[in-house]
Amino acid sequence: MHGARFILAAATLSVGLLAATGQMFGGGQAFAAGEAAATGQVVPPQDVKIKDNAVMASLTGKPGDVAAGRKYFVDKKLGNCLACHADKDLSKQLFHGNVGPTLDNVASRWKPEQLRAILVNAKAVFGPQTVMPGFYSLEVGKNVRKDLVGKTILSADQVEGIVAYLSTLK
Amino acid sequence: MLNTKTMIAALCAGAVVSCVTLQMTKADPVTDELVIDGKKMITHAKPPEGHPLDVVRSGWLYREPDTRSLEADSFENPGMLFVSKGEQIWNKVEGTAGKSCASCHHDAAKSMKGVGAKYPVWDAKTKRPIDVELQIDKCRVEQMGAPAYKFDDGNQRALTTYIKYQSLGMPVHVDLSKGDMKAWWQKGKDVYYTRFGQLNLSCASCHEENNGKHIRADHLSQGNVNGFPTYRLNTTGMVSVQNRFRGCIRDTRAEIPKAFSDELMALELYVTWRGTGLSVETPAVRQ
Ligand code: HEC
Ligand code: HEC
Ligand code: HEC
Repeated sequence: MHGARFILAAATLSVGLLAATGQMFGGGQAFAAGEAAATGQVVPPQDVKIKDNAVMASLTGKPGDVAAGRKYFVDKKLGNCLACHADKDLSKQLFHGNVGPTLDNVASRWKPEQLRAILVNAKAVFGPQTVMPGFYSLEVGKNVRKDLVGKTILSADQVEGIVAYLSTLK
Repeated sequence: MLNTKTMIAALCAGAVVSCVTLQMTKADPVTDELVIDGKKMITHAKPPEGHPLDVVRSGWLYREPDTRSLEADSFENPGMLFVSKGEQIWNKVEGTAGKSCASCHHDAAKSMKGVGAKYPVWDAKTKRPIDVELQIDKCRVEQMGAPAYKFDDGNQRALTTYIKYQSLGMPVHVDLSKGDMKAWWQKGKDVYYTRFGQLNLSCASCHEENNGKHIRADHLSQGNVNGFPTYRLNTTGMVSVQNRFRGCIRDTRAEIPKAFSDELMALELYVTWRGTGLSVETPAVRQ
């Protein structure tokens, strides 16, 4: 009963950590308008086309950086994906959530273009009821914090990094 | 759109290992009994009609063993210090009328018994529901000639804790038959299911659909309010209901509504109703 013991240990430790809620998703990532202008290649969120549960082309026109993507995936202010997903590759990180399915071997279930679509706007793939946020979408909830209006959780580059990282989980 | 349930089931057939892990880490709430000062608390209740869940559960059931035992022992429960602090405030003369709460209400153990189980109540004068915090302010202003508390003033939290503690063990029951309580309940329900913020999450996303699961280290409960104000180990102080709501809304990266705003009063009424039948557990202990 490895899983159960892990939870117990995690539970005891969590007393000392600052409430994960308070720290969860602390920051907010600006959609950098300048980024698009600089490279001339970045697709802004409102122009991303999800077709057949896939976004075919890289949002930056370039392949993502796997190592950077792994960091964005963990970063509580960026992907914070471990809040809801377990990932054996990151077993050194404490506390993996289970609101969503484990991402072990996720690349054998989804192609990179499908992973990109899930990340951009999970609602377009799983349906409007999903609790997974849209990380590169302007389809957001009510009363968005003023400084985040018109901004996406992740930048195009960060999405591509995470897509590249997820594609290694086979 | 894909049907994820079917898909996950299909995937489970192929990937036995990860699905087993998924099962094991689900960590359902415990089924222990909570007895405080010899009184058995109702931690599971049959939901009122129209409630979306099968069983109403106290947040206590979702906490870790250490936290649970702290709450079960009133000598160890750090929240009891604030009950004592509240008692001092109860007896303290304040305001131009030269009165304390005790001047009119005498022994709180008798006069305040049941108050914590029935609030929020309809206030005919302001034509809206009020919670214990607002009732305290009402008496301070109208009866004592003292100023209303600033939201979350330490004394407001301690006095509220003291008053709710007088109902320890009593089942929560709000009266929706008075005034416009039904309309406020509906408004609160609407807020509960509204997706807020950049993360696009509603109260239901976490506390209805995913209670029993973990969000990072946090074991998600049903988000009931029967233990408020609660003592939080990580901030070593009492947390008011509306502060908790504000924190949960903030975490969706939304603007935070004002304390005691119509939105939050309606939400407090509705969420209190969702915990109907659970014992008042103030001061509950949380991490
Ligand atoms: C608030 C919780 C939450 C967060 C945060 C979250 N997800 Fe998800 N995710 C889900 C849920 C729930 C599902 C399952 C789809 C459904 O049923 O709605 C899911 C599904 C997925 C899937 C499909 C998995 C499969 O095997 O079918 C992938 C891939 C995924 N998420 C990646 C991510 C990544 C990468 C991040 C971080 C950038 C992330 N998720 C953040 C909740 C979350
Ligand atoms: C001068 C007398 C007086 C003083 C002093 C006074 N109250 Fe009251 N209180 C009343 C009256 C009269 C009512 C009923 C009318 C109302 O709701 O305002 C009441 C009602 C209440 C109720 C609602 C009880 C119920 O069953 O619904 C609470 C709670 C309460 N007071 C708390 C306090 C607290 C706490 C203090 C001290 C900060 C205080 N009161 C000071 C006269 C007083
Ligand atoms: C992203 C997930 C999330 C959302 C959305 C959320 N909460 Fe919470 N909430 C938590 C977590 C995590 C905790 C701490 C663990 C627990 O008790 O569930 C918590 C705790 C609570 C508690 C304290 C429960 C107790 O027993 O002490 C209440 C009450 C609460 N939430 C109400 C709400 C309300 C009302 C909303 C909607 C405005 C809401 N929450 C939205 C995650 C969330």
